[in-house]
Amino acid sequence: MLDNRIHFETPESIELHLVPAGPLPRILAFTIDWLIRMVVLIVISLILSPMGKLGSGVFLILYFLLEWFYSVFFEMFSHGATPGKRAMKIKVVHDDGTPLGWGASIMRNIMRAADMFPSFYLLGLISMSCSNKFKRLGDHVAATLVVYDEKAEPPSKTENVGSRPAPVMLELEEQQALIAFAERSKKLSPARQQELAQVLAPLFKDKPSIDTVVELKKIANGIIGQS
Amino acid sequence: MKQQTFEKLYKNTWAELEQQLQQAERGGFWRKTPSNGEFPTLYRRVCHHLSLAQQRRYSNHLVTKLNDLVLRSHQQLYRRRSQVLSAILRFIIVTFPSRVREQAKLFWLASAIFYLPGLVLFILVLLQPDLIFNMLDYDNVSDFEAMYDPGAEHIGQDREATSDVQMFGLYIKNNISVGFQTFATGLFFGLGSIFYLTYNGLLFGALAGHMVNIGYIDTFFGFVIAHGSFELTAIVIAGMGGLMLGHALIAPGRMTRLEALSVAGKKALDLLYGIILFLLIAAFLEAFWSSNSATPIGVKYTVGGLLWLLVFVYLAYCGRGADGAKGVAHGPK
Repeated sequence: MLDNRIHFETPESIELHLVPAGPLPRILAFTIDWLIRMVVLIVISLILSPMGKLGSGVFLILYFLLEWFYSVFFEMFSHGATPGKRAMKIKVVHDDGTPLGWGASIMRNIMRAADMFPSFYLLGLISMSCSNKFKRLGDHVAATLVVYDEKAEPPSKTENVGSRPAPVMLELEEQQALIAFAERSKKLSPARQQELAQVLAPLFKDKPSIDTVVELKKIANGIIGQS
Repeated sequence: MKQQTFEKLYKNTWAELEQQLQQAERGGFWRKTPSNGEFPTLYRRVCHHLSLAQQRRYSNHLVTKLNDLVLRSHQQLYRRRSQVLSAILRFIIVTFPSRVREQAKLFWLASAIFYLPGLVLFILVLLQPDLIFNMLDYDNVSDFEAMYDPGAEHIGQDREATSDVQMFGLYIKNNISVGFQTFATGLFFGLGSIFYLTYNGLLFGALAGHMVNIGYIDTFFGFVIAHGSFELTAIVIAGMGGLMLGHALIAPGRMTRLEALSVAGKKALDLLYGIILFLLIAAFLEAFWSSNSATPIGVKYTVGGLLWLLVFVYLAYCGRGADGAKGVAHGPK
């Protein structure tokens, strides 16, 4: 299959898959986080400015912490996702799929100093684009991955059009393709459904009057056991 | 078994796991792994269901849903736990100094890259005082002169007595950031670390030479000697960590470059923690001890010297012979 899913096996010999997140959602997530940090800094400076030099010392410490450890904090206490990443539905994990730990989080965030070289995270972007898992330099060093935090969509029911057996023996993958077609058909325009179904039209060529789309859905229903 | 029968049969199991998962995922910092023994059992059963669903090629939605359940349980079950306090103690007493010793050659190399150019420039500035203006422009030089003016109430910065906290903040922000940059840019085949080491060494050497020339010896060296022990050593170690990363890329041995990089990253992480620790100590000393001009100069030199000795003894001897102190050797040496 032509996709960039990463498969890895758990100790229970179950294969899990993760989808690495590309540059665009990560840039957006970074922008959101950056804006949040700016707002927080402005608020802090407003609160601390009446406190004179003590205030400015505290401000500098907080500035330092926000600059380097904002992401570490949220990645640790918010399931691997900063607010920006959460908004983009992505999160950070170790590259064996286990949840992010302190060490890796600190490492990947300190290494931003290399990613942001020479400016605007240019090297980080180049590194991401050259890696099939979209790793920036910090991800390589810390052995981490940014992946989509996928939530299963509620299964869309197949249409209740009755069922029928398939006219020929179907391979498992063919069965799966048919089921996927039936389940996703609500998202496809009727014309597109027709177009896709035409691929299998030769199956029904002895009955030219038949609606291929409905027939395929019936076969799918037959496979999953829905009447 | 048809998919819908399968779903009907195990719906409750999945709902139960889902419920336990939601409990486990709630709450960030104080989160607990589900403590009753059912969780692993449920998890393994759903693992089994996922296998079946994949094997029988059930629909994508079902497989995705089960995959999601399994993935989330996996995240809960295999969370890397740590005893924070004892881990920190062990790190300070054993791990950090032994990591530095493990790569002693790199440590000395980084020291040489840092101190030698500085020393050369120091001597050159002594011989040829105008050279300082090649390193720094006139305004900077006079700023520094004002900082170490023996007549000033506070040394290190011209400032008021109440501003120790402010300086602490400034030192944290600037010095630790420089440490991080020195470390991280080592990734560029070591070049970034070499640049930052040399540059900071040159700057320090030139400045020290200039201070000797204008006779601010005691204020300058009295100021830098105490926190310099931790700060300069931290910069050297940051460079050393950077060189480790660069070395992994240049000479990955029998691994691919990226593998070598993440192995080196694991080791360099310990150095990184140590750098943060050292720079925090340095910033604290710099803000609250070094700048105090009321302390007699003799005391300053004595304490400073003792701190250098402490850093040396700590890195050279602390944690020797402790269980596993040498660390696990990853890959070829």
